[in-house]
Amino acid sequence: MAHSHTSAHGNAHAHAGDHPLVGHLVPVSTLVFTACTLLVLTIITVVVRYIDIGEFNVWVAIGIAVVKAALVATFFMHLRWDRPFNVLLFAGCTLFVILMMAFCVLDTGQYRATQYTGNPPVAQQTLDANAPGAPIAQRKEEINP
Amino acid sequence: MTQITAQPQASGHASGHGHADDHHSGEHAKYAFLAHHFDTPAQQFDSAKLGMWLFLATEVLFFGALFVAYAVLRSRFPEVFSYASHYLDTVMGGVNTCVLIVSSLTMALAVYFAQRGKKFALVLCLWLTMGGAVGFLVIKYFEYTHKIHENLVWGPSFYVPPHNHEGELEASVLSKAPAPAVNSVPAPTDPSATGLVSLAARPPADASAIKPAQSGPKGLGVWSAPTAAAAVAMEPQDPIPAEAPSDHLADPKLPPNTHLFFAIYYAMTGLHGIHVVVGMIVIGMLIFRATRGDFGPNYYTPVDLVGLYWHIVDLVWIFLFPLFYLIH
Repeated sequence: MAHSHTSAHGNAHAHAGDHPLVGHLVPVSTLVFTACTLLVLTIITVVVRYIDIGEFNVWVAIGIAVVKAALVATFFMHLRWDRPFNVLLFAGCTLFVILMMAFCVLDTGQYRATQYTGNPPVAQQTLDANAPGAPIAQRKEEINP
Repeated sequence: MTQITAQPQASGHASGHGHADDHHSGEHAKYAFLAHHFDTPAQQFDSAKLGMWLFLATEVLFFGALFVAYAVLRSRFPEVFSYASHYLDTVMGGVNTCVLIVSSLTMALAVYFAQRGKKFALVLCLWLTMGGAVGFLVIKYFEYTHKIHENLVWGPSFYVPPHNHEGELEASVLSKAPAPAVNSVPAPTDPSATGLVSLAARPPADASAIKPAQSGPKGLGVWSAPTAAAAVAMEPQDPIPAEAPSDHLADPKLPPNTHLFFAIYYAMTGLHGIHVVVGMIVIGMLIFRATRGDFGPNYYTPVDLVGLYWHIVDLVWIFLFPLFYLIH
């Protein structure tokens, strides 16, 4: 890359030509290269959709999306050259979203089904004992909510 | 104002930049854009960026809540997601992904050219970014309208056969207009009076006469308009019988709760679409200011901040695309 410094503020007073007063100048070549990588990764993620690798399909898709997001944040959003505190903010809130998601999925995964196709087990036992051959209740949601 | 900047604590902060205290008043004289409560352009820039990143953190949490809802729904109804995903148009979604990536590139280039003080290139890149936003929304519009036409929507409407539903809609719209009284109104003397105009001209009091007919077959009272010509003009030219089910309702493999997929689809892409609209507004403001010549190597903070916003809109779509369109 063409830049010669990595500090966001080392150039605060470098007025000569190429560099802004504040911030970091990311070269055009880096930006274009980032965009091309993003487009290639988009094609890859579409192609992977048609390859059946079972449960891993969703993880591959999410993995590619994470790589793309990291590219956007690092180069387009200048995080590589930004204040570390801004990186911490972004990474921190992302981490807490993942935490919230994990707990919600774990929690809802523990619920017992409350809607049945057929009668609830206790009711069905009673029916089997007292009225064998009684029609089995169907879940309404399958036809109309 | 300048006394504040000469306080010892301010000098302690700025010492990293190698300033002398009395230099700060010079900074303010030198840079018209430097607000009085900042010592240096670098401090002002950093504060603005910190504020923007805090806002972006709330945006991540905002969308994050919806991603959590998505994760819960998908873990509970995996079969719904793998089934319903095929109703989304991968080509349109893929093209939209590329449109957003390219517009992100033009936005990053806009920041670059603002930093370099290249006004023409800056304005051009901002217009290109705006074009990307418009293109994205146009494609999204075609996707939405197609799905809504097929009743691929959230809630109970998902289970209404589309063509039947349309008939109801038209009937309900027409019944709000002053309706003709079938019994009491004589045939129009003017044969050219056809269509809605002639109906709307009826006195509103006659509307009461139509009510019993509404309880019969749908739209009966409306369709038996005073003239045959009016009836023909209003009859929906739909060759498909009202009872014909749409594709998804005719599919025996339709899993229960499929409407949930479309609920979360519209919620997430809709919120994202609103962000695109907001992005267009702020990019438009940038275009105005950039054309006026507000930005250059010394001052380009608004371009940078809008750039950050636009990139996060792109970033959200990067996740939405595979999570909705690309489910195997």
